[in-house]
Amino acid sequence: MKTLVCTLTLTLGALGASVSTAADSPSPQAVKLYDTYCVQCHGVNRDGNGINSATMAVKPRDHTDSKAMGDTPDDLLFKAIKSGGLSVSKSVLMPTWGGVLTDDEIRLLVEYLRFVSKTQSTTSQ
Amino acid sequence: MKRTRAPFVTILAAALVPALTHAATGEEILQSQCSSCHALSKPEDTSLDRLLNRKGPDLYYAGVKFNKEWLVRWLQEPTRIRPAGVMYRKVVKPGPEGSADVVDESLLPAHMKLSAEDAAAAAEALAALGADSPLVAQGAFKGDAPNVMMASLLFNKLRGCSSCHAAKPGEPPHSGPELYTAGDRLKPDFVAEYIRDPQKFDPHVWMPKLELNDGDIQKLTGYLMTLKQEGGK
Repeated sequence: MKTLVCTLTLTLGALGASVSTAADSPSPQAVKLYDTYCVQCHGVNRDGNGINSATMAVKPRDHTDSKAMGDTPDDLLFKAIKSGGLSVSKSVLMPTWGGVLTDDEIRLLVEYLRFVSKTQSTTSQ
Repeated sequence: MKRTRAPFVTILAAALVPALTHAATGEEILQSQCSSCHALSKPEDTSLDRLLNRKGPDLYYAGVKFNKEWLVRWLQEPTRIRPAGVMYRKVVKPGPEGSADVVDESLLPAHMKLSAEDAAAAAEALAALGADSPLVAQGAFKGDAPNVMMASLLFNKLRGCSSCHAAKPGEPPHSGPELYTAGDRLKPDFVAEYIRDPQKFDPHVWMPKLELNDGDIQKLTGYLMTLKQEGGK
């Protein structure tokens, strides 16, 4: 029985490690930036249901969607935020934030998106 | 005792009457009734925190922003220009399952109303605020009549402005101010300059600085100037 408990604990521990995200808790600065600039379209729940989404022709990305977010590498997320949706062949309704946010702030947001979507940081091949 | 107090009361009342009947000047109204929510001079603090916590839009450049005639009317009968308040994040909450966030109306205070006399005086004082501000170059809007259909396409589709701003009454609330009274409310040179660089006016504001060429800015400004509710009254 003792062996079984130990095995179970080790297995759960290994599982926990394999699904761990970029950070255990988000950076307060990243949350503030997201709340200021992103929530208007991506929503209080980060699920694409921002107040502006009611009239938008293209629904904003659901940042809690682990599948879609997991398939999007960090450099693409960075580019989408900095240079807008068109720069990554997505909607023009995602504006360019490079004139408002610094590169460091955008990197913080990319890291935060990994936390929200429970996905791992990746880069394009 | 009563006999000695009476003259003092009379003298005091005589001293107070002129003060009570003195009509407040526009500057006095701005200081006493507006300054607790609006910056009347350029804030030294240009941080994001200051922007997030301000209670109302800055008015230190009101003279280059607003049409005075609109101010006089609006100050007497204020309507809600910002459907989600001065900072939308503070008043939005999740909507019903799977639908857009909604505004918690209970968190939106009503704007105070002024009498006709006070509104005229306050509008006069506001028109003088920042009247020579370098924020807005005279002639920033060249005055070309827009092709409304093309400009509307820019506003609604190609540049995405309608994501955050309502161009007609009755739309669901957006994070940005309504623009269906823009032609009544705003000066065209201000509109052109604000579209070009919103953060020049409101550092860190959540309106993106789009990479627009001057042609787009002229078309969008011309279009917004056609959006009126008061028939040019």
